[in-house]
Amino acid sequence: MYSKTVMDHFKNPRNVGEIQGADGVGEVGNPICGDMMKITIKVANDSIKDIKFLTFGCGAAIAVSSMVTEMAKGKTLDEAKKISKESVAQALEDLPMNKLHCSNLGADALHMAIKDYENHKAGKVKEQQDTTEGYHCYTEEASGRCPYCDSEMHTGEKACALCGRKIEIKLSM
Amino acid sequence: MNPINLDYISSNPLLPEVKNAMIEAIKKDYGNPSSAHQLGEEAAVEIKNAREKVAKLITASPDEIIFTSCGTESNNHAIKGAAFAKKDKGKHVITSDIEHNSVLKPIRTLRTLGYDTTSVSVDQFGRVKPDDVLKAIRDDTVLISIMHANNEIGTIQPIKEIAQIAREKKITIHCDAVSSVGVVPIDVHDLGIDLLSFAANQFNGPSGVGGLYIRKGTSLWPLLDGGGQENKRRGGTENLIGIIGMGMASEITLKEMDSRIKHLKRIKERLTNGFKENIDDIIFNGHPEYSLPNLISLSIKYIEGESIVLMLDEENIAVATKSACASGSLRASHVLIAIGRDYADAQGTLVITYGRDTTENDIDRFLEVLKKTVDTLRKMSPLYQKK
Repeated sequence: MYSKTVMDHFKNPRNVGEIQGADGVGEVGNPICGDMMKITIKVANDSIKDIKFLTFGCGAAIAVSSMVTEMAKGKTLDEAKKISKESVAQALEDLPMNKLHCSNLGADALHMAIKDYENHKAGKVKEQQDTTEGYHCYTEEASGRCPYCDSEMHTGEKACALCGRKIEIKLSM
Repeated sequence: MNPINLDYISSNPLLPEVKNAMIEAIKKDYGNPSSAHQLGEEAAVEIKNAREKVAKLITASPDEIIFTSCGTESNNHAIKGAAFAKKDKGKHVITSDIEHNSVLKPIRTLRTLGYDTTSVSVDQFGRVKPDDVLKAIRDDTVLISIMHANNEIGTIQPIKEIAQIAREKKITIHCDAVSSVGVVPIDVHDLGIDLLSFAANQFNGPSGVGGLYIRKGTSLWPLLDGGGQENKRRGGTENLIGIIGMGMASEITLKEMDSRIKHLKRIKERLTNGFKENIDDIIFNGHPEYSLPNLISLSIKYIEGESIVLMLDEENIAVATKSACASGSLRASHVLIAIGRDYADAQGTLVITYGRDTTENDIDRFLEVLKKTVDTLRKMSPLYQKK
């Protein structure tokens, strides 16, 4: 299922951990769809001096986190901002269709960490991160069904029309 | 390292006798069992013999057994066939929250055709209360479908009591026993059900063959209309090689069942103790008593299932997971959610199934590798750090 590069990053992940006193923190995902990533960065001279990740997720999620941190380490913030889900997937020699949302999360976590650093620098308050329960991300395949009762849901709906459970569907691809 | 298979429920290894029987059948070049000449007659005899062996496995009469291609076909046939046969009597169907998709999806199809359905909930162990089924019955209920044992958590349902309720109300009762037949003793008369699904690959038989028990007198439309095979109940040229394999598997399974169950219970105990001793923060799913002897469902907190499966696979150990990522549909297991597991814990759930060939050495090696895997993945997990 997975390419050699993905398996390599999965078996030998680079940059596992959490930077204490980090300059920027990016947390994305949630347990409902099964992937969570936390990226911490240390910035010096507008470059990512150090970067680490923690991930709760499948093989693709771990590989993506490892690859994203490897791609970003040592880069300037501007260069790091250009890292996209496509460039990550490409670097991993492609991901299976239903795992592409994992590469999205990796890029998101990195950008959030950078934004967090920039907000701090500008003296802004830390943005509320969307990692609370009830946030369900879906891809075209999963087509926005309520994870509890399986009835159809639409982007932006705050609660399932059928079972009433609070849930927010956001397009993640 | 020798490969270790702890995902028996996906497919059992074929018994050597089953392999031989099938290879001999392939070499023989049997005719079509429906033909009126000698080539056909020989094939018909083989099917008859296989049918008798399969019937004995569930204490049925041979003419109450039809062969299908798999458990899914048996379930589709039972549900659609029973519902359509009684459509003039009513259009309400009762099932449970934890059925297999091959039961839930046909029922969803019935909904699109104007049927009404009630899904009975389960307790924290996955058990259905017969009383809840009784309460769900309406004047227009025509079918109740409750599985014998759940394929994800192993919980065994009080089918006898539920079937009794169905009989009193004269409602057709179907039981998906795919995970049970060939594993635990099944007596269709004792259970009192009208329809029972099963599949060969759950008891060391080949994939691609299943069966449906149809009690004499049960109204049922065919699923496959066609050439009148299986006494006009299921059209289509029979999978003779597979059926021969299934017959052989049934015969041996019936003979060995008691000794197998003893072995499976020993393995289950070794696994259970091993998990408790080696790994913290785990949850066992399913009923502690009414449960299949060949299945353990274990939720391992703070980590995700597919990554566990991949790491074990690197060490040549095969297990299954019910995480959303692994399911391809990106949704967590409806069974685990129904018994009250929260999403994060559901994602880290392994389903470990084993059989008569599983050894204690296999278990010990698996436990050793699993502990290392869990430690590695937990070090990487933001949820474990938060704890």
